[in-house]
Amino acid sequence: MKLSDIVKELSLEIKTYKDGLQNNVTGAYVSDLLSDVMANSKEGNIWITLQTHMNIVAVASLKGIKGIVIVSNRQIPEETLKKAEDEKITITTTSMPAFEIAGKIYLLLK
Amino acid sequence: MPLNIDGTIDGTFQLIGGNFTTAGEASTQLKLKLSELGVDETIIRRATIATFEAEMNVIIYAAAGWLHYYITSRSITIKIADMGPGIENIELAMQEGYSTAPDWVREMGWGAGMGLPNMKKNSDLFKIDSVVGEGTTVEMVINFP
Repeated sequence: MKLSDIVKELSLEIKTYKDGLQNNVTGAYVSDLLSDVMANSKEGNIWITLQTHMNIVAVASLKGIKGIVIVSNRQIPEETLKKAEDEKITITTTSMPAFEIAGKIYLLLK
Repeated sequence: MPLNIDGTIDGTFQLIGGNFTTAGEASTQLKLKLSELGVDETIIRRATIATFEAEMNVIIYAAAGWLHYYITSRSITIKIADMGPGIENIELAMQEGYSTAPDWVREMGWGAGMGLPNMKKNSDLFKIDSVVGEGTTVEMVINFP
Protein backbone atom coordinates (compact mmCIF):
# COMPACT_ATOMS: atom_id res chain seq x y z
CA MET A 1 0.00 0.00 0.00
CA LYS A 2 1.20 3.48 -0.78
CA LEU A 3 2.11 5.72 2.12
CA SER A 4 -0.18 8.38 0.64
CA ASP A 5 -3.17 6.02 0.96
CA ILE A 6 -2.44 5.40 4.64
CA VAL A 7 -1.99 9.13 5.25
CA LYS A 8 -5.30 9.91 3.55
CA GLU A 9 -7.27 7.08 5.13
CA LEU A 10 -6.16 7.93 8.68
CA SER A 11 -5.90 11.73 8.27
CA LEU A 12 -2.24 11.81 9.28
CA GLU A 13 -0.59 15.20 9.24
CA ILE A 14 2.45 15.35 6.98
CA LYS A 15 5.43 17.10 8.56
CA THR A 16 8.35 16.31 6.26
CA TYR A 17 9.37 15.05 2.82
CA LYS A 18 6.12 14.90 0.85
CA ASP A 19 7.81 13.05 -2.04
CA GLY A 20 8.04 10.00 0.22
CA LEU A 21 4.26 9.58 0.05
CA GLN A 22 4.77 7.64 -3.17
CA ASN A 23 6.68 4.95 -1.26
CA ASN A 24 5.21 1.51 -0.89
CA VAL A 25 4.58 0.37 2.68
CA THR A 26 4.78 -3.38 3.24
CA GLY A 27 4.31 -3.55 6.99
CA ALA A 28 4.54 -1.64 10.24
CA TYR A 29 6.54 -1.72 13.45
CA VAL A 30 5.61 -0.20 16.82
CA SER A 31 8.36 0.55 19.32
CA ASP A 32 9.88 3.36 21.33
CA LEU A 33 13.17 1.54 21.90
CA LEU A 34 15.58 2.46 19.16
CA SER A 35 17.77 -0.62 19.43
CA ASP A 36 14.64 -2.76 19.11
CA VAL A 37 13.71 -0.93 15.91
CA MET A 38 17.29 -1.35 14.64
CA ALA A 39 17.13 -5.07 15.37
CA ASN A 40 13.60 -6.01 14.39
CA SER A 41 11.98 -3.57 11.97
CA LYS A 42 11.96 -4.47 8.29
CA GLU A 43 12.72 -2.47 5.20
CA GLY A 44 9.47 -1.01 3.84
CA ASN A 45 7.91 -0.70 7.31
CA ILE A 46 6.11 2.31 8.60
CA TRP A 47 7.27 3.05 12.17
CA ILE A 48 4.87 4.08 14.91
CA THR A 49 6.54 5.77 17.90
CA LEU A 50 6.35 8.54 20.46
CA GLN A 51 10.07 9.35 20.16
CA THR A 52 10.69 12.68 18.47
CA HIS A 53 14.41 13.39 18.89
CA MET A 54 16.60 13.41 15.83
CA ASN A 55 18.09 9.92 16.18
CA ILE A 56 14.79 8.50 14.89
CA VAL A 57 15.75 9.85 11.47
CA ALA A 58 19.08 7.99 11.45
CA VAL A 59 17.39 4.77 12.55
CA ALA A 60 14.68 5.10 9.87
CA SER A 61 17.21 5.92 7.20
CA LEU A 62 19.58 3.06 8.09
CA LYS A 63 16.75 0.53 8.21
CA GLY A 64 14.98 1.64 5.04
CA ILE A 65 11.83 2.62 6.93
CA LYS A 66 9.35 4.31 4.62
CA GLY A 67 7.63 6.64 7.04
CA ILE A 68 7.37 7.55 10.71
CA VAL A 69 4.10 8.15 12.53
CA ILE A 70 4.51 10.20 15.69
CA VAL A 71 1.62 9.48 18.04
CA SER A 72 -0.46 11.49 20.52
CA ASN A 73 0.21 14.83 18.84
CA ARG A 74 3.69 15.09 20.26
CA GLN A 75 5.65 18.14 19.25
CA ILE A 76 8.60 17.42 17.00
CA PRO A 77 11.80 19.45 17.52
CA GLU A 78 12.82 21.64 14.60
CA GLU A 79 16.21 19.86 14.28
CA THR A 80 14.42 16.53 13.79
CA LEU A 81 12.23 17.98 11.03
CA LYS A 82 15.24 19.47 9.29
CA LYS A 83 17.22 16.25 9.46
CA ALA A 84 14.24 14.25 8.16
CA GLU A 85 13.89 16.61 5.21
CA ASP A 86 17.64 16.26 4.46
CA GLU A 87 17.58 12.47 4.76
CA LYS A 88 14.33 12.14 2.80
CA ILE A 89 12.31 10.57 5.59
CA THR A 90 8.57 11.26 5.70
CA ILE A 91 7.36 12.10 9.19
CA THR A 92 3.65 12.27 9.93
CA THR A 93 1.73 12.90 13.14
CA THR A 94 -1.58 11.78 14.58
CA SER A 95 -3.59 12.66 17.68
CA MET A 96 -4.23 8.95 18.25
CA PRO A 97 -2.14 6.98 20.77
CA ALA A 98 0.08 4.15 19.49
CA PHE A 99 -2.40 1.33 20.20
CA GLU A 100 -5.19 2.95 18.19
CA ILE A 101 -3.14 4.00 15.20
CA ALA A 102 -1.38 0.63 15.10
CA GLY A 103 -4.76 -1.12 15.06
CA LYS A 104 -5.97 1.02 12.20
CA ILE A 105 -2.79 0.57 10.17
CA TYR A 106 -2.94 -3.17 10.82
CA LEU A 107 -6.43 -3.31 9.33
CA LEU A 108 -5.34 -1.30 6.29
CA LEU A 109 -2.30 -3.50 5.59
CA LYS A 110 -3.93 -6.84 6.44
CA MET B 1 31.12 -15.66 -3.46
CA PRO B 2 34.18 -13.54 -2.69
CA LEU B 3 33.93 -9.97 -3.88
CA ASN B 4 36.18 -8.46 -6.43
CA ILE B 5 38.14 -6.27 -4.03
CA ASP B 6 41.89 -5.79 -4.37
CA GLY B 7 43.66 -5.61 -1.02
CA THR B 8 41.91 -3.78 1.79
CA ILE B 9 39.53 -0.84 1.67
CA ASP B 10 39.51 0.99 4.96
CA GLY B 11 38.17 4.07 6.62
CA THR B 12 38.10 5.86 9.97
CA PHE B 13 35.55 7.97 11.79
CA GLN B 14 36.03 10.00 14.91
CA LEU B 15 33.15 9.89 17.36
CA ILE B 16 32.49 12.53 19.98
CA GLY B 17 30.79 11.61 23.23
CA GLY B 18 27.42 13.28 23.78
CA ASN B 19 27.14 14.34 20.17
CA PHE B 20 23.75 12.83 19.34
CA THR B 21 23.38 15.18 16.39
CA THR B 22 25.75 13.29 14.12
CA ALA B 23 24.87 9.82 15.43
CA GLY B 24 24.57 7.41 12.55
CA GLU B 25 26.99 9.14 10.21
CA ALA B 26 29.66 6.45 10.38
CA SER B 27 27.07 3.71 9.82
CA THR B 28 25.51 5.62 6.94
CA GLN B 29 28.88 6.10 5.22
CA LEU B 30 29.80 2.47 5.73
CA LYS B 31 26.42 1.33 4.39
CA LEU B 32 26.96 3.43 1.25
CA LYS B 33 30.46 2.05 0.79
CA LEU B 34 29.27 -1.56 1.10
CA SER B 35 26.42 -0.91 -1.36
CA GLU B 36 28.87 0.59 -3.84
CA LEU B 37 31.02 -2.52 -3.58
CA GLY B 38 28.01 -4.73 -4.27
CA VAL B 39 28.08 -6.49 -0.91
CA ASP B 40 25.14 -8.79 -0.17
CA GLU B 41 22.09 -7.00 1.34
CA THR B 42 21.93 -9.25 4.40
CA ILE B 43 25.58 -8.52 5.19
CA ILE B 44 25.00 -4.78 4.76
CA ARG B 45 22.05 -4.98 7.15
CA ARG B 46 24.10 -6.81 9.79
CA ALA B 47 27.09 -4.47 9.45
CA THR B 48 24.84 -1.43 9.64
CA ILE B 49 23.10 -2.56 12.82
CA ALA B 50 26.39 -3.55 14.50
CA THR B 51 28.11 -0.29 13.51
CA PHE B 52 25.23 1.92 14.57
CA GLU B 53 24.98 0.29 17.99
CA ALA B 54 28.74 0.69 18.43
CA GLU B 55 28.53 4.34 17.42
CA MET B 56 25.71 4.95 19.90
CA ASN B 57 27.66 3.32 22.73
CA VAL B 58 30.57 5.71 22.22
CA ILE B 59 28.22 8.71 21.99
CA ILE B 60 26.25 7.68 25.08
CA TYR B 61 29.06 6.56 27.38
CA ALA B 62 32.47 7.81 26.28
CA ALA B 63 34.25 11.13 25.89
CA ALA B 64 35.44 10.20 22.42
CA GLY B 65 36.27 7.24 20.26
CA TRP B 66 37.32 5.98 16.85
CA LEU B 67 35.70 3.58 14.48
CA HIS B 68 37.82 1.87 11.84
CA TYR B 69 36.59 -0.45 9.15
CA TYR B 70 38.50 -2.79 6.87
CA ILE B 71 36.85 -4.44 3.89
CA THR B 72 38.52 -7.28 2.02
CA SER B 73 37.14 -9.67 -0.59
CA ARG B 74 36.09 -12.05 2.20
CA SER B 75 34.93 -10.01 5.16
CA ILE B 76 34.40 -6.72 6.88
CA THR B 77 36.10 -5.92 10.15
CA ILE B 78 34.88 -3.07 12.35
CA LYS B 79 37.04 -1.90 15.25
CA ILE B 80 35.91 0.61 17.81
CA ALA B 81 38.10 2.06 20.53
CA ASP B 82 36.85 4.62 23.01
CA MET B 83 38.09 6.78 25.84
CA GLY B 84 35.23 5.97 28.14
CA PRO B 85 34.57 4.78 31.67
CA GLY B 86 35.20 1.14 30.76
CA ILE B 87 32.94 -1.76 31.63
CA GLU B 88 33.25 -3.30 35.10
CA ASN B 89 31.56 -6.59 34.35
CA ILE B 90 31.57 -7.53 30.67
CA GLU B 91 29.54 -10.69 31.22
CA LEU B 92 26.77 -8.65 32.78
CA ALA B 93 26.99 -5.97 30.08
CA MET B 94 26.53 -8.65 27.43
CA GLN B 95 23.22 -9.75 28.97
CA GLU B 96 20.19 -8.58 27.08
CA GLY B 97 18.30 -5.99 29.10
CA TYR B 98 21.22 -5.01 31.35
CA SER B 99 22.13 -1.35 31.08
CA THR B 100 23.88 1.36 33.08
CA ALA B 101 22.44 4.19 30.99
CA PRO B 102 21.14 7.24 32.85
CA ASP B 103 17.42 8.08 32.80
CA TRP B 104 17.66 10.84 30.20
CA VAL B 105 19.25 8.40 27.75
CA ARG B 106 16.53 5.83 28.44
CA GLU B 107 13.88 8.46 27.81
CA MET B 108 15.30 8.82 24.31
CA GLY B 109 14.67 5.14 23.75
CA TRP B 110 18.32 4.14 24.15
CA GLY B 111 19.84 2.22 27.05
CA ALA B 112 17.52 -0.78 26.79
CA GLY B 113 20.43 -3.16 27.21
CA MET B 114 20.25 -4.30 23.61
CA GLY B 115 23.29 -2.60 22.11
CA LEU B 116 26.10 -5.06 22.85
CA PRO B 117 23.86 -8.14 22.32
CA ASN B 118 22.75 -6.69 18.96
CA MET B 119 26.39 -6.17 17.99
CA LYS B 120 27.32 -9.71 18.94
CA LYS B 121 24.29 -11.22 17.24
CA ASN B 122 25.14 -9.55 13.96
CA SER B 123 28.84 -10.49 13.97
CA ASP B 124 30.56 -13.74 13.08
CA LEU B 125 33.39 -12.81 15.41
CA PHE B 126 32.94 -10.48 18.37
CA LYS B 127 35.71 -9.44 20.76
CA ILE B 128 35.41 -6.96 23.58
CA ASP B 129 38.08 -5.69 25.97
CA SER B 130 37.67 -3.06 28.58
CA VAL B 131 39.70 -1.37 31.27
CA VAL B 132 37.79 0.57 33.90
CA GLY B 133 38.82 4.22 33.80
CA GLU B 134 40.54 3.86 30.44
CA GLY B 135 38.12 2.67 27.80
CA THR B 136 36.66 -0.13 25.76
CA THR B 137 37.63 -1.73 22.47
CA VAL B 138 35.39 -3.89 20.33
CA GLU B 139 36.28 -5.85 17.23
CA MET B 140 33.60 -7.33 14.99
CA VAL B 141 34.08 -9.41 11.88
CA ILE B 142 31.32 -10.26 9.43
CA ASN B 143 32.23 -12.81 6.78
CA PHE B 144 30.88 -12.50 3.27
CA PRO B 145 28.88 -15.50 2.08
